[in-house]
Amino acid sequence: MIRDPKDLQRYNASERANHWVVGMSFILLALSGLAFFHPAFYPLTQLFGGGVWARILHPFIGVLMAVSFASLFLRFKALNAMTPTDWEWVKRVKEMVDGDDHNMPEQGKYNGGQKLLFWALAVCVLLLAVSGILMWRAYFDFGVGLVRFGTVVHAAVAAFMIALILVHTYAAIWTKGTIRAMWYGTVTRAWAKQHHRAWYRQMTGK
Amino acid sequence: MALQSLDIKQRSATTTPTPQARQTVEIAKLIDVSSCIGCKACTVACMEWNDIREEVGTCSGVYDNPVNLSENAWTTMRFSEVEQNGKLEWLIRKDGCMHCSDPGCLKSCPAPGAIVQYANGIVDFHQENCIGCGYCVTGCPFNVPRISKTDSKAYKCTFCSDRIAVNQAPACAKACPTGAIQFGSKADMKDYAAKRIADLNERGFDKAGLYDPEGVGGTHVMYVLHHADKPSLYAGLPENPGISPLVSLWKGAAKPLATAALGLVALGSLFHYVMKGPNEVSKETEKEVEEEDKA
Ligand code: HEM
Ligand code: SF4
Repeated sequence: MIRDPKDLQRYNASERANHWVVGMSFILLALSGLAFFHPAFYPLTQLFGGGVWARILHPFIGVLMAVSFASLFLRFKALNAMTPTDWEWVKRVKEMVDGDDHNMPEQGKYNGGQKLLFWALAVCVLLLAVSGILMWRAYFDFGVGLVRFGTVVHAAVAAFMIALILVHTYAAIWTKGTIRAMWYGTVTRAWAKQHHRAWYRQMTGK
Repeated sequence: MALQSLDIKQRSATTTPTPQARQTVEIAKLIDVSSCIGCKACTVACMEWNDIREEVGTCSGVYDNPVNLSENAWTTMRFSEVEQNGKLEWLIRKDGCMHCSDPGCLKSCPAPGAIVQYANGIVDFHQENCIGCGYCVTGCPFNVPRISKTDSKAYKCTFCSDRIAVNQAPACAKACPTGAIQFGSKADMKDYAAKRIADLNERGFDKAGLYDPEGVGGTHVMYVLHHADKPSLYAGLPENPGISPLVSLWKGAAKPLATAALGLVALGSLFHYVMKGPNEVSKETEKEVEEEDKA
């Protein structure tokens, strides 16, 4: 069932499964978290079986996401080290957003934007996990000053991270031929040559 | 307690106006610390009326028993031994919800209708809507609400809202043998307090005064204190209580703004797609790859 045996393998099955666990738990966390965030979103608790269930489940899903993200982080951190070319790419990101990638510097497996997003998400998950535990009254009892601080951090970082993930998801939809990398792990060679030329050359030896 | 449903002034996690047609007079409880003898009749009456029973505790070395508020102890007496003007004083404060005009618990609560404030000033928890998150504990400047270990709902003094609704005084006020707990309209209670303070001033307590802290918009449980300049003498009564700036930041304008920002990011993406088109692999690149294959 392989359409083109020359397609390039971008992710193996275990990397994809790991990413989906993170992604699904993130969506559940965002939906249940937003329900407490503002009354406009409170009806989202219905997706979880009501307010009490949303309150009970959210932190456990959080632990799942923190653990699965840690695994994803270890797999990909080396690939996400910023290089001078990446910074150059980031400086010219406006051209990219305008839909003109002709003069963008050649990119490896990840471009500068993807790498910065990776590090920003790692910081967000760390902050959310620590502040989430501070707020977890069912099992913990921290001083009220710490809990107040943690709550502000949690709400602010959560909103920021949801925005980052919206951008991340949109970038995948915008760049045609990308989503399949997360479904079945491969991309076409043309896709790689256009968007990640250095990686293309490394993979094909051309 | 869903009584007085038409006299609701504020409702948690609700952004539209509550039913406000009926206006009731603002009420208050005045606790005259200087007339309290620490007999705990009020504590007993509270448990009797509300059908709650705190487990029998052990002596913690002082008279405080129950030693703390809990889901089953909505009020407790806190005893402090202090030295003032070279004399030992035994200060006894009945602790419990202050029924703030600007309640931090209600402001923090994410569950619509789990906390309401009646037009008469009572702040009441409606446990049937409570989700057990404990945000009220985070929001309260007086460390009052308690989450039950059995049902994970928040509990605190109801001001006997069920009694008030039928024109009865709160159970504690009814039981107090010395008249240290007075109940009436907030205006009347302030008048009464003024008389008590004048009396205390005559007896040498020149710093006597009323505790009705402005930081929370005033309270519907007020104290007459002999040392109103030092509320912390009374088992750590806060000098200047107010909703913590962190809680205001968390529950303030930042949230609707963040919500709007998220909406803009989502809409911005949609319109970016519509206006710039997708980022596709160019025909040129596709051809190049095909050529490479042939070569
Ligand atoms: C990583 C581990 C996490 C833990 C342990 C955690 C824990 C918590 C806890 C205990 C609460 C209070 C409500 C409740 O008791 O259920 C909460 C609220 C919330 N969480 Fe999380 N959480 C985590 C991750 C996340 C993530 C990744 C997001 C973002 C998508 C998120 C978004 C929120 C939001 C928006 C709120 C409401 C904050 C507010 O009321 O303003 N959480 N979280
Ligand atoms: S004292 Fe605490 S629980 Fe009572 S009304 Fe004020 S904020 Fe709410």
